[in-house]
Parts: sequence; structure tokens; C-alpha cells
Amino acid sequence: MNKKLSLIVVFVFVLSFITGCSSNGANNSDEIRVGLNYELSGDNATYGQGLVEGIELAFEEINLSGGILGKQIKPIKIDNQSKATEATNVSTRLATRENVVVLLGPATSGNTKAAIPPAMQNRIPLISGSATADDVTVDTNGNVKEYIFKTCFNDSFQGVMMAQFAYNDLQLKNAAVLADTSSDYAQGLSKAFQDTFKELGGNILTVEAYQAGDTDFKAVLTNLKGLNPEFLFIPGYYEELGLIIRQARELGLNVPILGGDGYESPKLVEIAGRDALNNIYYSSHYSSQDNSENVVKFRESFKAKYNKEPDAFNALGYDMAYLLADAMERAGEVNSEKLKEALEETAGFEGVTGVLSIDEKHNAVKSVTILKMENGESVFLKKLDPQ
Amino acid sequence: MEQVIQQLINGISLGSIYALMALGYTMVYGIINLINFAHGDIYMIGAYIGFALTTFLNLGFFPSLIISMAVTSLLGVVIEKIAYKPLRKSARITALITAISISLLLEYTMMYFAGPQARTFPKVLKSKSISFLKGNVIMDIKNIYILMITLILMIALQCIVKKTKMGKAMRATSFDSEAAELMGINVDKVISFTFAIGSALAGAAGVLVGIYYNTINPLMGSLPGLKAFVAAVLGGIGTIPGAVLGGFSLGMIETIVSANGGSIYKDAVAFLILIIVLLLKPNGLLGKSIKEKV
Repeated sequence: MNKKLSLIVVFVFVLSFITGCSSNGANNSDEIRVGLNYELSGDNATYGQGLVEGIELAFEEINLSGGILGKQIKPIKIDNQSKATEATNVSTRLATRENVVVLLGPATSGNTKAAIPPAMQNRIPLISGSATADDVTVDTNGNVKEYIFKTCFNDSFQGVMMAQFAYNDLQLKNAAVLADTSSDYAQGLSKAFQDTFKELGGNILTVEAYQAGDTDFKAVLTNLKGLNPEFLFIPGYYEELGLIIRQARELGLNVPILGGDGYESPKLVEIAGRDALNNIYYSSHYSSQDNSENVVKFRESFKAKYNKEPDAFNALGYDMAYLLADAMERAGEVNSEKLKEALEETAGFEGVTGVLSIDEKHNAVKSVTILKMENGESVFLKKLDPQ
Repeated sequence: MEQVIQQLINGISLGSIYALMALGYTMVYGIINLINFAHGDIYMIGAYIGFALTTFLNLGFFPSLIISMAVTSLLGVVIEKIAYKPLRKSARITALITAISISLLLEYTMMYFAGPQARTFPKVLKSKSISFLKGNVIMDIKNIYILMITLILMIALQCIVKKTKMGKAMRATSFDSEAAELMGINVDKVISFTFAIGSALAGAAGVLVGIYYNTINPLMGSLPGLKAFVAAVLGGIGTIPGAVLGGFSLGMIETIVSANGGSIYKDAVAFLILIIVLLLKPNGLLGKSIKEKV
């Protein structure tokens, strides 16, 4: 018995020695290992791929101009298949086996939450460029998660802004809500929208629900049509949104449809068809019709590399990568702890998606862009600032 | 009133898809008592073949539908010959597990070749809609296509089963396969034929769904497959009119539940109704009570 026990003790010692060695080795080399945990396949693949394209472009530019602190950035990219369980596995693998200094991703809020525990346990900063759920950086008791940051705005913020936009700008008073029950993202937007819209004096006629993977929405849409709403608020992701919008228009439900940044995908146009995509307003992070100097520069280098126009997710990935580089320069050394402190101090960082500061809850404070869709084309409408 | 009619149209379109798929389940079950879980994935393959034909070869709607049905029926026969036939004499659970494996194999093979992302069908049917009752009830041309094709295929199936020699052989095999064999019926051929017909119907459903909803993905078959199986059980598995009735009932139930504000509980209520029906009528709505042979 004792012999067995001592064997185990020896084994544990050897193991800790080996892992300790390898992590030291990685930190001393002349590359900075950055973990990319993204949805490269599955339901949310276009979001994940979009972010990764932006990140890789930024890293390429940074490496060409000499890297950070004289070191080259080495991205280690692993697919989480758009699944929460896989997101946790990938996060663990990057944190423990690949010895990264910082974790980027995943793209969606649900997957990001799944990727957080390994980052917290291993005390490695995790930055998400697009997880808009409110409780990504803050736990249910309101405590800030020390190592978790985001460089995009919150769901509640998008919901609040869209409610204000509908009430103040479009002057609409009667809303019907149709939200995806299976995603934190849609639920967050839906709740914030309802609260703000009611506070402003609007009516919520009904709140209906659907689930990711549903394909037939005609029954519920017919129901909504019978209530004669002035507009629909439909937060969700593009696969179902495309079907919902198409079926709504086929049923003759032609009222304005409002939503969040989940509308930002070329797949939406493919699924819904151009003729159905009229009278749609959504909030987003970025518009390529913005003509500020850094946006134009980003657009050109993006087009040169990928031969297409960048979308919001490309821009968010690009900004996140540059913000990371900026924080690392400020940290002065490649060290997860120092990097965390530098990220916390971010203020007035100028990115292509707007001027960004990190608040005490590790959320980004920045403006929201409102776009209008006509014939499947998104047109820049206005920028709304946080109040 | 307009809303009720509109919901009726919605329910019938949804139900006709379930009915088309339920037929395949019920036929295979009727002949060899196997719940063919790969059926939903044959429907998915049918949708992908339709997608390939319309997108890459620019074929029209009807040629794509017919070619897709032909290929899926062939696929059904091949699966039966390779995977199910060697297991015909073994325990029922063995064949069931094989069916589940085939289902996963088809899903992930398609994912490997076609990628996991959703694909969209090109516009093969002109988008046109008929509105009546002052424009309050709208019927899309695609609803009409789905309903008409479903009905035509069902009538054709009924004719094959009731009027042809092969149909008679199918009924005999379903009743007692050993006795049928003694009477000189080639049971292997009958089973292959059943798989061919059932898979062709699934293939047709796949193409119709692809065109109706405009989006397909490699995992699209799993949930509708399960629901079609439920529809077949609801109507009385093993009976052809039962599958049709079960399919339409399930479509209507789902629509009625959503229409009454239960969109969150749609699936839960639909399955609750199924449980109640089966408690009251264990053989399904149109099922015959068959005495176990000793």
C-alpha cells in the first residue's frame, strides 16, 4: 500500500516538473503564443471565421512591422465546432498544453461562457471580441471575473439602443417580440429591449419564442400578424432569422423588423433572399460605409488579403488583435498577469469599430452603429452613443 | 377566421412533409419490423442531391425531383443489402443499432464532403403567391407544390400497394414472410422494393423541404426524422393511411399549439398529445390490434 502511494507521489512530482518546464520554455522563446478558440465549423461558423480573418490580418501586419516587444506573435487556432462543450475543451487545451499567454474567443456568448472556467483556473486573460451577453465578464453575484475581458458592447446595451431607436427615431409604439429561447444572446437582447421599451411608454403586444434549428415559423408568424404590431423585434442568429424574415414576408407581414448584430452575415441574404430583406433595422459594431481614415485603411488591407469587403466580425477581430498588441506593449513583458493589468487600464483605444475604453466591469464602452437593410443591402444609418 | 384558415394552410404544408417521411418508416416497419432510423438522413441526402442538381447542373424542379428520388431509392436498396440483410435473422435490437449507426455515418459523411454550413437552394420555382379573403390569407405557390406532390405520391403508393402484383407480394410478406416465401414470393426482392419506394419518398421530401425552406444542412434529417417516426406511430405504424393521417395530425397539432401562444412549448405539447393518444389507443389512430403469434 505504502509503496503504491509513494509511486503515485513520485509520479505527480515528475508530472509537475515536466509541465513546469515546458511552460517556462514557452515563455522564454521569442514568440508570443496566442490561443484562438473559434467557431470554424457548425452553426456559428461565419462569425468565428470572420473574427479569425480579422485577427490574422492584424497579426500579420504586427509581425511584419517587427512584432510586439521584439517578438513575433504565433496564433494557435483550434476549432470548437460551435459547441459549448468543445469550447471548454479547446480552452483547457490551449491554457494547459499549448501554453498560451492569452486566449481569444470564442465568438458567441454561450460558447465564451463555456470557455471561461479553464482561463480563470489557469489565470490566463481571455478576450472576446463579440460575446455580447452581459454576464460574460461579470458573474451572477455582480463580481467581475478577473481575467475576462470583452471589446464589444453588451446585449443589454444593444437592446436598450434598439428600443430607444424604435421609440424615438422610428416613432413606433406597438412591438411584438420573437426571440430564440436557446441562446443567451437573444434572451439578453429581448429582456433589455422589453424593459427599455416599456419604460419609454411603448407596448409589448406579445413575446413569442423559437428554438435554434426550427425551420417552420409560419404558425407563430400568422399569430403575430393577427395582433397587428407596428414592428417586430427579433433577436437571434442568421440561420433562423433568414427563415423567419422570409416566411414573415411570404405571409404578408411587411412591418419593420428590428434586431441586433446577429443579422450581420452574408448567409442571411442567401437564406432570406434579397426581396424579403426590406425595412430591416439592426444594431452593429461597424459599418464599411464609415469613411474615417483608419476604417478606409483597414478596408483596403483587408481587401488586398481576402479579396472581399470586411464585415463587422472581421472588424471586431482586427480591433481585438490590435488592442491586445497595444496592451502587451504597455505591459512591457510577455506575462499573463501584467497583460491583465494593462488590459484593465485601456482607455481611448482607437479602433475601426470606434473609440474604446474598458470599464471597471471589463466591458467595452463604445458607440453602436445602426444599419438599415434595403433589398438585402445594409446601409449605414447613424451612430448612437451610450448615455 | 382568416387566421384560422391561414393556420390551416400552415399546418397542412408542415404535415405533408411529415406524412411523406412517415410513409417510409411505416412501410419498412410493416415489412421487416425495423425502425429505420437512417430514414431521416436519406431525406437529407435527397435534399443535397436536389441542391447539387439545381445549383451545379441548373436543372429545373421536376428533373431534380425525379433524379433525386431515383438516387435515394438506389441508396436505400444498397443500405438494406449491406447493413440490414445480414442481420435479418438476428435480434431486433441489433438491426436497430445498425440503423442508428447508418444514420450517423450518413450525417457525418455528408458533413465531411459538403461541409457543416447551411446551403441555400437557388430559386427554381417562381415566387408567386395567391391571396384571398382581402389579402388576409396568403398561400405561397410552394405550399401548393408541396401539397400536390405529396398527394400524387401518396395516391401512387396506394395504387402500387393495392393494385399491382408487387403490392400484393408486399402485403403478403408483411402479413407473414415465411408463408409468403412458401407461396413462391421472392421476399428479398420485396424487401428491396419496399426500401426503394420508402427512400424515394424521403428523397422527394428532402427536395421539397430544401425548396420550401431554402436551406439545408447535414444534420437537417435528425429532428424531422424523429417527428416523422412519431407521426407514423401516432397514425398506427405499419399502416399506410395511418402514416398519412399521423403526419397531417402532427403538423396540425404543432401549428395549433404555436397559434395559441405556446410556441415555447410546441414540441412538449405535441409529444404530450402523442403519449395521450398512445395511452388511449396503443396501436395508434388507425392501427390494427395484432395478436402476438406464439
